Amino acid sequence: MMKTKNNSARTLLAGLVVIAVLAVLSVGAEAVANSASSLSIMLAVLKKATVYALLAVSMNLLNGFTGLFSLGQAGFMLVGAYTYAILTIPVAKRAGVYQYYDGGIVKFSIPEVFSGILGESVGSVVGMVITLVICGALAAFFGWLIGLPVLRLKSDYLAIATLGFAEIVRTFIQFEGFAPLTNGSNTLRQYTTFKHLYPYVIVVGLCILFLVLLVNSTYGRAFKAIRDDEIAAEAMGINLARHKMMSFVISSFFAGVGGGLMAMYMSSVQAKGFTSAMTYEILLMVVIGGIGSISGSIIASFLFIGCSEWWLRFLDDPANNIGGLKLLAPGFRMVVFSVFIMIVVLFFRRGLMGDKEFPDLFRRFKRQKKEAAGK
Amino acid sequence: MQSFIQTALPTLLAGISAGGQYALIALGYTMVYGILRLINFAHGDIFTVAGFVMFYAITVMPVYLSIPFTIVITVLLGFTVERLAYKPLRSAPRMSAMISAIGVSYLLQNLMWYVTGGQPQQYPVIPWISDKVMILGQETKRVTVITPVLTVVLILLLLLLIKRTKIGLAMRAASRDFETARLMGVKIDSVISMTFVIGSFLAAVGSFLFFSNYSTVSPTVGTMPGLKAFVAAVFGGIGSIPGAVVGGFIIGICENIIRAMGYSTFSDAFTFALLILVLCLKPTGLFGEKLEEKV
Amino acid sequence: MSENMLKIENVTMQFGGVVAVDNLNLEINQGEIVALIGPNGAGKTTAFNVVTGVYQPSNGAVWFEGEKIIENHPQGKMKKLYKGQHNGEYTHILAPTPDKVTKLGMARTFQNIRLWKSQTVFDNVLIAKHCRTTSNVFSAAFRLNHKEEAEQREQVEFLLETVGLADLKDELATSLPYGKQRRLEIARALAAEPKLLLLDEPAAGMNPQETDELTAFIGEIRDKFELTVFLIEHHMNLVMGISDRIYVLDFGKLIAEGTPAEIQNNKRVIDAYLGVAEDA
Repeated sequence: MMKTKNNSARTLLAGLVVIAVLAVLSVGAEAVANSASSLSIMLAVLKKATVYALLAVSMNLLNGFTGLFSLGQAGFMLVGAYTYAILTIPVAKRAGVYQYYDGGIVKFSIPEVFSGILGESVGSVVGMVITLVICGALAAFFGWLIGLPVLRLKSDYLAIATLGFAEIVRTFIQFEGFAPLTNGSNTLRQYTTFKHLYPYVIVVGLCILFLVLLVNSTYGRAFKAIRDDEIAAEAMGINLARHKMMSFVISSFFAGVGGGLMAMYMSSVQAKGFTSAMTYEILLMVVIGGIGSISGSIIASFLFIGCSEWWLRFLDDPANNIGGLKLLAPGFRMVVFSVFIMIVVLFFRRGLMGDKEFPDLFRRFKRQKKEAAGK
Repeated sequence: MQSFIQTALPTLLAGISAGGQYALIALGYTMVYGILRLINFAHGDIFTVAGFVMFYAITVMPVYLSIPFTIVITVLLGFTVERLAYKPLRSAPRMSAMISAIGVSYLLQNLMWYVTGGQPQQYPVIPWISDKVMILGQETKRVTVITPVLTVVLILLLLLLIKRTKIGLAMRAASRDFETARLMGVKIDSVISMTFVIGSFLAAVGSFLFFSNYSTVSPTVGTMPGLKAFVAAVFGGIGSIPGAVVGGFIIGICENIIRAMGYSTFSDAFTFALLILVLCLKPTGLFGEKLEEKV
Repeated sequence: MSENMLKIENVTMQFGGVVAVDNLNLEINQGEIVALIGPNGAGKTTAFNVVTGVYQPSNGAVWFEGEKIIENHPQGKMKKLYKGQHNGEYTHILAPTPDKVTKLGMARTFQNIRLWKSQTVFDNVLIAKHCRTTSNVFSAAFRLNHKEEAEQREQVEFLLETVGLADLKDELATSLPYGKQRRLEIARALAAEPKLLLLDEPAAGMNPQETDELTAFIGEIRDKFELTVFLIEHHMNLVMGISDRIYVLDFGKLIAEGTPAEIQNNKRVIDAYLGVAEDA
């Protein structure tokens, strides 16, 4: 009985509580990380993984829940990252950043505008959050635009078309003609960013909470129906074009927000970094976590970033070589890591979580306990 | 006329040459797709590995040995990748194999980065094909002229193989209907291995030609030509051999024309815009066959 | 409202040079159970696919509750290839996608069961309710539609009760035995609130006892939900047992129509079936 009841208000409330707890924990984690220089990498890893968690979940909405195999993530992130950077560079610093283009054509900075109205500290945060929403909206608009032609395509054709789209975006951003806006192939830097870990956690947490609620709503169920059997879904009155577009646009929105956060984390952006390899990494996170599991994607992003940036670092240090072996050298960590990924892809195809969610595990545990008690 | 030749000819030659290289790589994509319905994302990286193998081989052996050595290693790599990464997933959903291909690509790139230290390397000068020749009063590398000729010869050989030999017949059967071919006693594993062997061989040949022109090898250098070759395969109709060749040449030539017009920033974007356009207007490409799902 | 529920008017479906359905004319009245029978490959499922919007007919029209919902005439390459009749009589194009047809009040089952594999029995039926949802994506995500959602869940419980699957509602759809999967498909179709229910070989793969149960069941739901039923079937026991009228298709052409008794004695039908009949 419990499963058929829709305990959505509880999900919402539980989600908000979890986010609040995580935010408090992240303040603690930051204090720990700042206490010793050897732990300073932890803070960077946590920030990056938090951002990637959103990117992975938004990709999972498409690839895992709607069955649309899209590889355009890097393109939408790029839109988000550039939007964020362009709109938040303080006016005084624009001349330096856009040194070849007379300070660029954008002559305002959204956080500064809001600082003027709401005061320095509050206004700046409000401005950053509003800019992130703009990042998402713009990415969503691009998603809609590209979705019109490509969403009719089937599995691998869709993958390659969206991959192509991401490359096109990259080219256009680097185009000299747009340089007064995008700074061409030069980096954008010195924009306003979140200083601490907890705002990342809160923003990402709220975004993921929305996606969780969406996936469990009637629309989320329709997405899953499309994934499982498109023909049956259409025959049961689900408008394929409309629902695919909805999923694509929502996913693009959050990829855009993720891109904005990514820009913050990296503190400087350049289009040439947003390659298809970035999309592949996110896809691999989704796969490791389990296609169709939001909690899986979140866990996988932390494991992925933790392994690739932190825990396997010692493999890159030639000083750790034992005996005459010269195996350990820069780059070895990524080799080991990608072998590990291949093992997951080949032998643990369902990933860490399959299509289960974290609470499902407890539920099963409870049921087993009950059954055991019943016997 | 003279000025036309002076401006247009180098562009056209470069385009045909690039097109031939794309065509050679595209064949690897299209043949694998034809049989396994798999976009082998690792193909571009296998091509890059061929570049690095040549770079290292030439430091320890003469050219006439390092060329066959590179080919053998590349072919072995292609064969191994199929056996280790794709064969276990044969009965899995198509998406799994594609993810595995992406995983292999990631692994190969990281491996190359580790081995080379991430530094771009100067590709060795292969004598004769890197020599300068004069064509209609224009100086160019001999490789530019050889590429289209070699491409056409290799493709004719390939077509001969597919049309006239037993393994070719098995390939055609497998690409038409994988399951039935298996039931009719076609040794599907050896057919698939053969496809990867041929694809990798062509990629190795393509790498000699491409890097002789491009001159530096780095771990990710193969991604873009790989993607473009894939676009060529889609453009021509994926699964179709003549399609891949025609697609390769068209993309190579268009790209070089766009570069010559001064929009080199857009040459990559053009390729992908073309891809999206083709997919939307005629998803099966120029020579592709139509597949429909039965209700 | 017209008494005529569904009217297939001069429909021809041609694939390339192959005419799968040739000038089909057929009418179904409100409340009737009408069967479409014929040897394998006669074009029965194709006719279903035309009616439900999966295929666009090459020529002809389909009317639903007195309104023309589908119409087409030969275009493009088909202009030259077209071999059917009534060429030039139709000039408009009406091509709703299957979901639009379903929303108008038709729902179908599939010959080769197409349930949503990773979903539970309950969710399979609940998802079919989605097309009747009025809330938008945001109010659905933030649960401002909890009233509607609760109603839908109640209706699904009731439907599962009706088809006798209530105790299996938390099982995975694909874990059910074959006969129950067919019932689940019917429950799912009913969830879309159809006026016309189209059943594509509902008894395929069932043993005689299951078939008898199904026969009774179809009659029951017709009365309970005030449905009109249009079905394709090979089991003649079922067809003769419940059909008010029968249409017989052979090589895409209608060769007979009438009551079960008339069809049983129709010489052309017997000819068409001889040697190919399954259990007629």
